[in-house]
Amino acid sequence: MKPRLSLTSIVLLLALVFAGAAHAVKPDEMLADPALEARARALSEGLRCMVCQNQSIDESDADLARDLRILVRQRLVAGDSDQQVMDYVVSRYGEFVLLKPRFDLRNALLWGTPVLLLLVGGMFIALNARSRRKLATKSLSADEQAALDAILRRD
Amino acid sequence: MVEIGHFALVLAFALSLVQTIVPLFGARLNNQRLMAVGGPVAVTGFALTALSFVALAGAYANSDFSVANVWENSHSLQPLIYKITGTWGNHEGSMLLWVLILTFFGALVAAFGSNLPATLRANVLAVQGTIGAAFFLFILATSNPFIRLNPAPIEGRDLNPVLQDLGLAIHPPLLYLGYVGFSICFSFSVAALIEGRIDASWARWVRPWTLVAWMFLTGGIAMGSYWAYYELGWGGFWFWDPVENASFMPWLAGTALLHSAIVMEKRSALKIWTLLLAILTFSLSLLGTFLVRSGVLTSVHAFATDPTRGVFILCILTLFIGGSLALFALRASRLTAGGLFHPISREGALVLNNLFLTTATATVLVGTLYPLALEALTGDKISVGAPFFDLTFGPLMLPLLVLVPFGPLLAWKRGDVIAASQRLMAAFALALAAMLVTGLFIDGASVFAALGIGLAVWLVTGALTDLAIKSGVGSVAPAVMVRRFAGLPRSVFGTALAHLGLGLTLLGIVATLSFGTEKILTMRAGETVELSGHTLRFVGLYPAQGPNYSEDRGRFDLIGVSGSPVGEISSAKRFYPVRQMTTTESGIKTLGLSQLYISLGDEGKDGSVVVRLWWKPLVALIWGGGLTMMAGAAMSLMDRRLRVGAPSRRRKQAVAPAGLP
Repeated sequence: MKPRLSLTSIVLLLALVFAGAAHAVKPDEMLADPALEARARALSEGLRCMVCQNQSIDESDADLARDLRILVRQRLVAGDSDQQVMDYVVSRYGEFVLLKPRFDLRNALLWGTPVLLLLVGGMFIALNARSRRKLATKSLSADEQAALDAILRRD
Repeated sequence: MVEIGHFALVLAFALSLVQTIVPLFGARLNNQRLMAVGGPVAVTGFALTALSFVALAGAYANSDFSVANVWENSHSLQPLIYKITGTWGNHEGSMLLWVLILTFFGALVAAFGSNLPATLRANVLAVQGTIGAAFFLFILATSNPFIRLNPAPIEGRDLNPVLQDLGLAIHPPLLYLGYVGFSICFSFSVAALIEGRIDASWARWVRPWTLVAWMFLTGGIAMGSYWAYYELGWGGFWFWDPVENASFMPWLAGTALLHSAIVMEKRSALKIWTLLLAILTFSLSLLGTFLVRSGVLTSVHAFATDPTRGVFILCILTLFIGGSLALFALRASRLTAGGLFHPISREGALVLNNLFLTTATATVLVGTLYPLALEALTGDKISVGAPFFDLTFGPLMLPLLVLVPFGPLLAWKRGDVIAASQRLMAAFALALAAMLVTGLFIDGASVFAALGIGLAVWLVTGALTDLAIKSGVGSVAPAVMVRRFAGLPRSVFGTALAHLGLGLTLLGIVATLSFGTEKILTMRAGETVELSGHTLRFVGLYPAQGPNYSEDRGRFDLIGVSGSPVGEISSAKRFYPVRQMTTTESGIKTLGLSQLYISLGDEGKDGSVVVRLWWKPLVALIWGGGLTMMAGAAMSLMDRRLRVGAPSRRRKQAVAPAGLP
């Protein structure tokens, strides 16, 4: 397997690294400037198609998704930074369009759960192991040792 | 026949009540006769549910539109196979399939559980009966598939075209066998809590059931993923859709359960945790059923949107999850914790596995439910999509996957990390080499790609190393080695295959995401396009007529080096007139383990058409890995020590023919 990749697709790939490869972008929407188009694709991956629940606008065939894709590209052509484009879309459609929820207090529980659980679970296991090791290494009392010796001698 | 089915369903509900109450009291009173009622009732309940299911399937096969459910989800022109699979391609029918599988597993316990302690068996069947009773009532009260229409309509409203596919024949049955299979582990756990003790037969029984359920769930998820990949026409294989998450959570928890059950069986440690995990795994299956069936999520899969159903399932959910956890809180302290082990041991590795898998399960759970909870509490709407899971689930999997090859190489009780590392040297060297080759020699490889490929190679070679070490490679003569290899317990092969499959799936995912290419363009007949070294010529669009649809089929020729066609791919846009729906039939050409994927877009006025092309390197490994994992589970099930009661059963079979005239 020797993938031959053009510069455009390298940029695209870097942007798509973690994303599923599902796209509904139409040829007539695409920007002529490959760098700008790649940014548009990357941004589209993070925006939710409002009418189809679980697809990004990059994947969706819905008209509304198309409108949003065009809007994103218009803002990019107008010279907005990625952050400006996202802020603009959120100001118009609300935080609902963001597939990656913001890191803020309201979403603390959402983002915090994995870290918290890993720490708590890890600590629990560590403490448990420590108490068990103490239990395991506790040596026999003199009486127990004598009883054991007696049993061993009998055999 | 339909009325017989309806009647059988009501009778099955009544029997499930008997199955709940009589054996439970029998076990409390230690009355053998009452306890013995459980078995025959469970088997009869299954037979009646099967009769009911066959009656509904018969109505579908005959296009009996006097049954409302058939009228809503079938059409006389549908091919017979889709008429039959349509039985469970809707809410009511799929719930009937759910209880069919539930009673099937109950009957299996009744049939093969003769070597279980009588009270345990009675309690297990009683718990299984309770679950059955709840779902039978749910079906009869809110989702009855046997309701008639008068006058009967002439023609049906057709099955959702997206579901008119072979995937529907395989995916839901496999998925439900997995989901519902965990009910046995749940019933065993609750029964153990009722009895207040866990004995050796408990552990011996729970592990094979977990394996069976896990095997089917793995197959169900893999099949669902492939179905979405080819049917939805986006070429994606995993969307972090809440419905997918609903099946993924029991899988993750079930995987953890599978591993902790090994510790419990072999070393009688982690008993309480295994029991809790068994309860949680089935609870997640129930939660999945709730999420999908209640319609709280609106997504591509959900076809039920009636709030009364949602409330009903929520009640079932609360009853079973709340009830079992309350019982756990009350009784768990009675159970004795067993087996001591050093943190660095196989037990220790499996505990770490459980830590990461449980955290990953919780992450998926929170990601799936958080938007619902937030909306219910504050009215704010947020979305949690793939980027969230990539940032949270991904990093959790990384350390877990790095640790996988160590597990099987560590000894029980007290392991030696240095010795295990030395044994894994070759695997590590190969993984490092794969990483470097990917990073340095493949154009456009990202850090993610290099790491991912390296990790996948690490998993695959790690699994092979385990087999090699255990057959004595490098320390004994080749002849002895072959003999040892053949004599390894099946469960060792099972472990190696499952871990190997995991590596293959990872390899497929990383390769497809990192080195896949795509082109979106407008093509006219006769034009050619090149993608990752493959040349395709668009031959043209041809209209065609199917049994219940019309389509425009786009034909493409794959052009070989010599310039002549070496293969053909066709992709279609189908129109189903009854539902006025259009679907995209993707065209897929498998070349080795990679695929060319074509999806047709809109047609232009001048005969041109929008074409989306993808080159998906090694994509077949994603599902091939899933199949390998299934094979691993099957291999493990064939292990001698897991054949529960095999000798006693064989004795009985040998006696039975003699007793018959």
